[in-house]
Amino acid sequence: MRLRGLVRKEFLQVLRDPSALAIALVLPVVLLLLFGYGVSLDSQHVPIALVVDHPTSDTMRLCAEFAYSPYLAPITMHGLPEARQAIMERRVDAIVHLREDFSEKLRRPEGASIQLIVNGVDANSARIVTGYIESAYGKWLEHSSSHVGAAPSIAVVMQSRVWFNSNVLSRNFLVPGVIAVVMTLIGALLTALLMAREWERGTMEGLLVTPVSMNEILLGKIIPYFLLGMGGLAISVSMSVWLFGVPLRGSLMVLVLASTLFLLTALGMGLLISTLARVQFVAGQVAIITTFLPAFILSGFIFDIGSMPRPIQWLTHIIPARYYVSLLKTNFLAGDVWSVILPNALALAVMAAFFLGMTRWLSRKQLD
Amino acid sequence: MEATPLQPIATFQHVTKTFAQGKQIVRALSRFTASIETGRVTGLIGPDGAGKTTSLRILAGLYTPDVGTVRVLDRDVATEALAVQARVGYMPQRFGLYEDLTVRENLDLYADLQGVSRAVRTDRYRELMEMTGLAPFPNRLAGKLSGGMKQKLGLACVLVQPPALLLLDEPTVGVDPVSRRELWQIIDRYVRDRHTTVLVSTGYLDEAERCDWLIVLDGGKLLRQGTPESFCAPLRDKTFKIRVRGMPQRDIQARLDACAQVADAVVQGESVRVVTYEKTENPCHGLFADQDQVALESVPPRFEDAFVMLLGSRQQDRPQASADGKPAAPRLPTRDTGLHAANSCPATGSPQTSQVIQVEGVKRRFGDFYAVKGVTFDVQRGEIFGLLGANGAGKTTTFRMLCGLLPASAGKLFVAGVDVRRTAARARQRIGYMAQKFSLYGALSVVDNLRFFSCAYRLRGAAREERIGWALRQFELEEVAAVASGSLPLGFKQRLSFACALMHEPEILFLDEPTSGVDPLARREFWRRTGDLANQGVTVLVTTHYMEEAENCDRVAIMAAGDILALDTPEAIKQKMKTVEKPTPTMEDAFIELLNTRRVGKT
Amino acid sequence: MARLLALIVKEFQVLLKDPRSRFVIIGPPLIQLIVFGYAATYDVTEVPIGVYNESPGEASRDLIAHFTGSPNFQQVATIAQAGEIGPLLEGQVALLVLHVGPRFERSLSQGTPARLQVILDGRNSNTALITLGYAQTILKKFNAQWARQHGLPEPPARLEVRSWFNPNLQSRWFIVPGIVGLLTLVVTMLVTALSVAREREQGTFDQLLVTPYHPWEILIGKAIPGFIIGTLEATLIILATVYWFQVPLQGNVATLYLGVLLFLLSAIGVGLMISSLSLTQQQGLLGAFLFLVPAIILSGFSTPIANMPPLIQKLTLLNPMRYFIVILRSVFLQDAPFALLVNQMWPLAGIGLVTLALAAWLFRQRMY
Repeated sequence: MRLRGLVRKEFLQVLRDPSALAIALVLPVVLLLLFGYGVSLDSQHVPIALVVDHPTSDTMRLCAEFAYSPYLAPITMHGLPEARQAIMERRVDAIVHLREDFSEKLRRPEGASIQLIVNGVDANSARIVTGYIESAYGKWLEHSSSHVGAAPSIAVVMQSRVWFNSNVLSRNFLVPGVIAVVMTLIGALLTALLMAREWERGTMEGLLVTPVSMNEILLGKIIPYFLLGMGGLAISVSMSVWLFGVPLRGSLMVLVLASTLFLLTALGMGLLISTLARVQFVAGQVAIITTFLPAFILSGFIFDIGSMPRPIQWLTHIIPARYYVSLLKTNFLAGDVWSVILPNALALAVMAAFFLGMTRWLSRKQLD
Repeated sequence: MEATPLQPIATFQHVTKTFAQGKQIVRALSRFTASIETGRVTGLIGPDGAGKTTSLRILAGLYTPDVGTVRVLDRDVATEALAVQARVGYMPQRFGLYEDLTVRENLDLYADLQGVSRAVRTDRYRELMEMTGLAPFPNRLAGKLSGGMKQKLGLACVLVQPPALLLLDEPTVGVDPVSRRELWQIIDRYVRDRHTTVLVSTGYLDEAERCDWLIVLDGGKLLRQGTPESFCAPLRDKTFKIRVRGMPQRDIQARLDACAQVADAVVQGESVRVVTYEKTENPCHGLFADQDQVALESVPPRFEDAFVMLLGSRQQDRPQASADGKPAAPRLPTRDTGLHAANSCPATGSPQTSQVIQVEGVKRRFGDFYAVKGVTFDVQRGEIFGLLGANGAGKTTTFRMLCGLLPASAGKLFVAGVDVRRTAARARQRIGYMAQKFSLYGALSVVDNLRFFSCAYRLRGAAREERIGWALRQFELEEVAAVASGSLPLGFKQRLSFACALMHEPEILFLDEPTSGVDPLARREFWRRTGDLANQGVTVLVTTHYMEEAENCDRVAIMAAGDILALDTPEAIKQKMKTVEKPTPTMEDAFIELLNTRRVGKT
Repeated sequence: MARLLALIVKEFQVLLKDPRSRFVIIGPPLIQLIVFGYAATYDVTEVPIGVYNESPGEASRDLIAHFTGSPNFQQVATIAQAGEIGPLLEGQVALLVLHVGPRFERSLSQGTPARLQVILDGRNSNTALITLGYAQTILKKFNAQWARQHGLPEPPARLEVRSWFNPNLQSRWFIVPGIVGLLTLVVTMLVTALSVAREREQGTFDQLLVTPYHPWEILIGKAIPGFIIGTLEATLIILATVYWFQVPLQGNVATLYLGVLLFLLSAIGVGLMISSLSLTQQQGLLGAFLFLVPAIILSGFSTPIANMPPLIQKLTLLNPMRYFIVILRSVFLQDAPFALLVNQMWPLAGIGLVTLALAAWLFRQRMY
């Protein structure tokens, strides 16, 4: 009866507190929309400048190849200075320059050269653009043999297949990661704030002197926010699958189990933070720095952990979101791969036990 | 008096409790021994930092004592906290109501937590709701209740499972007189009907007189305990009320202060209340030239007198009377006589003296609701004018409009000759303002706060430094000049706020509930300073819902539901509200009577 | 003037004497600088690969040696049969599998293009794309070498790639200047968004309003500390960018600082708007958070604005961070002249003026 009273109170409070509702329901939707629609690493119709010093039928054919690519949007420019200006103004991301003697050299043994200048400021985009142009160039090479009359000079051709995400859509890899961020927000940030509020408003003092045990107080927080977090999960998964069309290849049960483990870990962290910092302002700051930011940056959500410097890679092992992001991406895109699920789930279970245990150990039914 | 041996329900034995505050170790309780007898109301009295809250929290099992044992209901609190908590009800100073839950939901929660069975709930709720007057709005959010209502709901939550021992920590701070009276009625009823034992800490000394037994703490040590009567008995024939016709009461007070045999003198309406060291017939012998004009009346001692005598000997604020009772060098009145002439005591002064504050038909609307429904009054130079009323009566709204913090919806508002509704900024240089709760920069040191506010009021250079020096000396803040003001005890904070409001020597002083939560000694000191200022020609407008303090005002306006119910001197209001049952009403009696007659008149 | 100074000095004292506020200014920026600077990278190194070679000949070994010899790849597994490919990729042991079929050698000797099959894990689409690019480059080198050794005709034209502004395409050069904008925004927002709310919460606001200060003086007194702290913060991070992360500062420092000042103007405007609207620090913090997250995600800081849907691209025009990021990257890497950045400067100034005016209006409205 005591526990039920606490849980009911918590629900009523969340329902009446607009800022709690904002974090629990609005923020997940906003984040998913932002990442689903707003953020994309897939470039399409990349504007490139074509500078042809002496147009001939050869240059026409090469240019046609660029125009044919769905990823490129070539703009013909007169002279390198204009193109240079365009790249400075970020109107184009790359310049393809064909010199005066292109056609002439094309028929000589040493061959012609195609100058490609990319704007390297955004290294990632630059690499992707280079890739697009290279593949257009490759196609031209295949076709050109008939016109120029040279024998096929390609010894090995590559056939590539991308598993799990055959169209290489960044949305498919970002959206499952957002779920980890959403669960962190509800589990850790919201719990830390609301528990700290009890201390701040003096309601905790009122609770402590009732015959409620500390376990009941803690469970009275964990149960409602666990259910709220699961609600957030339901919203996020439905949006991912129905709205963004991310495939869910693994079983729902694994997803729910993994989320349970992560949510318990996040709740443990949130409760631990608010036990240590009994002021909302501090608890909020600490929760953002120790849970939200790492879930964003160090979890493999956007940035690949394998590419980080070694010390930072080690650091990511203490970030619970890391294991959850890995579970989520595998579950959504690859399926039930037990060799991924088991170690990650185990790590989460250990962390959940650690944080909940620490919280229980540090919470006493006393003020000092 | 208490001949029947009573069973103690709780005992403290040599209890010491210390806290680490930064690098310092603060001793909140030191070798404290006391017992709380069953079936009585025991009062825990003492100035700030005496250890009242700490003792209550130890009893509730929220702190473990460093040394000593505390037993409640024959159990050791340190080892059997849960068992004790099942039978003890504790209401902290700021009771943790869930503000976004309704009245009913708060009760439900505590009933669940206390394990009250569903069967008895309906009856219990009805009883509690009726008793607290919350019955009409079970579905209102707790956050939307007034301060008094909140406290009553808090008490109801604690009483939802009637406890054997009820612990109340300053339950009436910030509560209006009507609710205060109702709270005490609930407490009385529980003691009588259910034989609950009550331990209540309070800073209001008139409440102390309602207790059966008093424990006076100071600096974590037991100072004295006994019945309220036993405290007052030694003061019999040492307490008087003096009135001198044609002499402002604050001048009488100043004269009496200088007198060696006078231990304490406070303004009370138009009279001055005097406590002497020795039994005497006439405490003012030879003090006033014209003895015919002196009206002397012997009055029964109050607990407040005893308390001041008990703790006052440590207070260093009255150097004019030395401890051995010898007359100190007579202090010359520091007041300017020229100012004095303009200074009008409304009982005797002429009506044409300069009006410093003029309020005419002022209204303030919030949506459809009129918080102030057209009030009219004016305040004379050098007057202490009190705005009295329960929470939500509209006094704070009126007050904020006068300070230019809130625009009026209609009416005329003149402060120091400036139309506040048009050019509030021009009036601000001439007013000083002290907010209800501590509202200075807590992170800044005392001297930094003074420096900032003096700068804000256009003081600079040597004048500024001189004024800061004055404030530090005058308000005894020199020792804590470099301490962050947020970490100071409440009494110091209040003095600092007062100092900041006075940095630019304002003509008009606005004080919003200046003594709320401040301990009795600091409160007296505060009123003494205010009286001195008024004597120097400063106009003071003060709000309070502590009715005893209204006696320090020259005139008071009593507000309820946005209207002024009465506007007169405290004495005249008390006279008007005389009833058969209460031939000599206190200010609080008069106030409640006034509200009742209004309520009757309405229905 | 002396009174205004007193107001500003007070604001600094409040910020610096309170350990919590001091932490807000110093703690998160340092943590973020280090974490973002090192962890936020799109560069892919040491991709773990599995090799499935069914061809006995020397040519295939040579081809595979081209891959394993590259610093970008690291062989982690050798596969003997096709069934092993699945677990290897699913379990995230290898990111890429090279498959050389049994007819590889024969095709090569016959002069028909031989096939190299490349299978990638697409869970992280970005890593997959970049890895694919690496593989293509290696294969191109192998083909060229093969052609030379076997006297095959060289391709009629070569693609010569150069990247301007960031010759080694390091994503750190792209990310770290962005951090200057990110952290400047975060700190300035926190300082200003909480300032009025803090005074409201602590009751000092009334005390301030009854002094003879005009509302505009109070507002300026709040804005100038934000300006000073923001400028110092920006300077600190610019120095760290140049001397710690070794990102070259090619452009004009004066242009950079003009951008910093205009950006601060708009950040302070938004911060004071939030501050004027919020009654408690809690609301201020939440408001700042709700502004910051979309402002950062939609700024082009981590993903190009050009990749976003057109509607969201239009929306980013309201985001001051968007303009500042361009200014930062252009000045740092491109040595962009002032004239080129005018189009970024005036929207910043405009947003700044509008938000400050709005803040002043809200401030007057919500004064009571």
